[in-house]
Amino acid sequence: MKLRSQHIQGWLLFAPAAILLVAFTHYPTVATFIKSLFTNSSIIRPSRFSGFESYQNLASDPVFWKVLVNNMWLALGTIPTSIALAIIMALIVNKAIVGRGFLRMAYFTPTMLPMIAVANIWLFFYAPEIGLLDKALAIFGVESHNWLGDTTTVLPAIIVMTIWKEAGFFMIFYLAGLQTISPELEEAAKLEGSSRWNYFWRIQFPLLLPTTLFVFINAFLNSFKLVDHLFVLTKGGPDNASNLILYYIYETAFSFLDVSYASALTVVLLIALAIAALGQFFFMDKRVHYR
Amino acid sequence: MSFKLPQKLRMGSSLELVGAYLLAVFWIFPLLYAFWAAFHDTQYAIRFELFAPLTLDNFREVMSQAPFFRYGLNTFMVVSFLLPLQLVVSTLAAYAFAKYKFFGSNIAFVLVLVQLMITPEILIVQNYGTLANLGMVDTIAGIGLPYIASAFCIFLLRQTFKSIPKELEDAAQLEGCGTLGLLWRVYVPLAMPTYLAFSLVSLSHHWNNFLWPLIVTNSVETRPLTVGLGIFGAPESGVDWSIISAATLLSVAPLLIAFLLFQKQFVQSFMQAGIK
Repeated sequence: MKLRSQHIQGWLLFAPAAILLVAFTHYPTVATFIKSLFTNSSIIRPSRFSGFESYQNLASDPVFWKVLVNNMWLALGTIPTSIALAIIMALIVNKAIVGRGFLRMAYFTPTMLPMIAVANIWLFFYAPEIGLLDKALAIFGVESHNWLGDTTTVLPAIIVMTIWKEAGFFMIFYLAGLQTISPELEEAAKLEGSSRWNYFWRIQFPLLLPTTLFVFINAFLNSFKLVDHLFVLTKGGPDNASNLILYYIYETAFSFLDVSYASALTVVLLIALAIAALGQFFFMDKRVHYR
Repeated sequence: MSFKLPQKLRMGSSLELVGAYLLAVFWIFPLLYAFWAAFHDTQYAIRFELFAPLTLDNFREVMSQAPFFRYGLNTFMVVSFLLPLQLVVSTLAAYAFAKYKFFGSNIAFVLVLVQLMITPEILIVQNYGTLANLGMVDTIAGIGLPYIASAFCIFLLRQTFKSIPKELEDAAQLEGCGTLGLLWRVYVPLAMPTYLAFSLVSLSHHWNNFLWPLIVTNSVETRPLTVGLGIFGAPESGVDWSIISAATLLSVAPLLIAFLLFQKQFVQSFMQAGIK
């Protein structure tokens, strides 16, 4: 009897969250997959089963491949650099340095800004001729350049901005990681005459590896989720050079009103996220303990 | 411990100091520039005349062109309706996972964690359909609804609840505390740091959220600051740098001021949420 009431009480407590999670996470995940197998319904023609037709269209859609490759470049461009910067920032701020509070605030502040505001500010820098970047480069005699209007420079420009936005956020996790390292290790290393460089690579970096994995997964997920800035900066252009998969999903569903195709795109995005989840599961299961 | 550092090491550390401050200046510069530009006429902002006359015209212009006060109110309504619900719903669920071994609880927990990866904005297409079926498009509640059940909050609270010693629970039960009384009198007070941590993270996330509110809202009465700013700053609206800077500043000011005032709490909250 007591056992039964345990089950019931447990489920009653969980029920509100369960209903909402099913409604906005699990059901839509399944429904998206099903929708991708059917054609769009319209007033004159009801939806019909089309199998993997949407996916065949996907495979032959150059824009799809373009956004996928862009997403990969974005991840490659932002993740290693922002992780390296985050570690450097954390090492700086972790020490008893003059003006530590100011430094931490300066590094962390971009994290508190919405991406849309960041884009507004950076639009300013990248503007041809009147923008600050062109102004600064003009001092060195470099000619004016339309950074966001050129297919070769638009993605790197966005990568730099994203690094600026994210490094301070990742710094926090490294700061937390550094504080778990016993100060005795540093003293021991000093006594042994080990250099700072050596101490970092032999002691700190290996001990921070779980943090790095955690940050890496987070950064990977973010590289798929962050598209807000595209609305202000480029709308995915020019010629889809800065388009990303989530933005393409948005365009397909809400501008071209092609729900079936948008669903197929979403399934691809879900697969990418699932790969990240599996990666986390395999690499981290021994490090992170769910009690 | 103070011993004299060797000359070489001291050189190194003053170089480091310079590097640290250069990085900080570079990092804070874009924001400072926007701040400066917002108080100057566009023609000076573009020419970067540092000591050009100050003006508040840009802010006046922003307020007359778009209802930013209303946008701010909308954002405030979204977060102040969403956060309490998040806390209540997640507290109940976390309590169930921490203290009850109910049928299917392990699988259910894994299914909860799925939301850490697949956040509602990934599923915009389908979730918009759901919201339309509920008749909640273009409502404040619709902006918050998909986020009320937060896997992140459930996870954080479950970890915290599990660390609370069993003896406290036994003592409370001896005193005649029921299930909910136990939760309210023992668990919730002891988990306050976790509540604060999640609240600050959630607050800054939803204050800054853009994509989902953009899709859901289409009127001044519901549009939050980020969406208002996105429309205002769109290049086709005719870009005036100083005015856009002013609008940007107005949109980020409430959260940014809160952050600057409670910097320590914010940083520690993000830290704590990250470790768990």
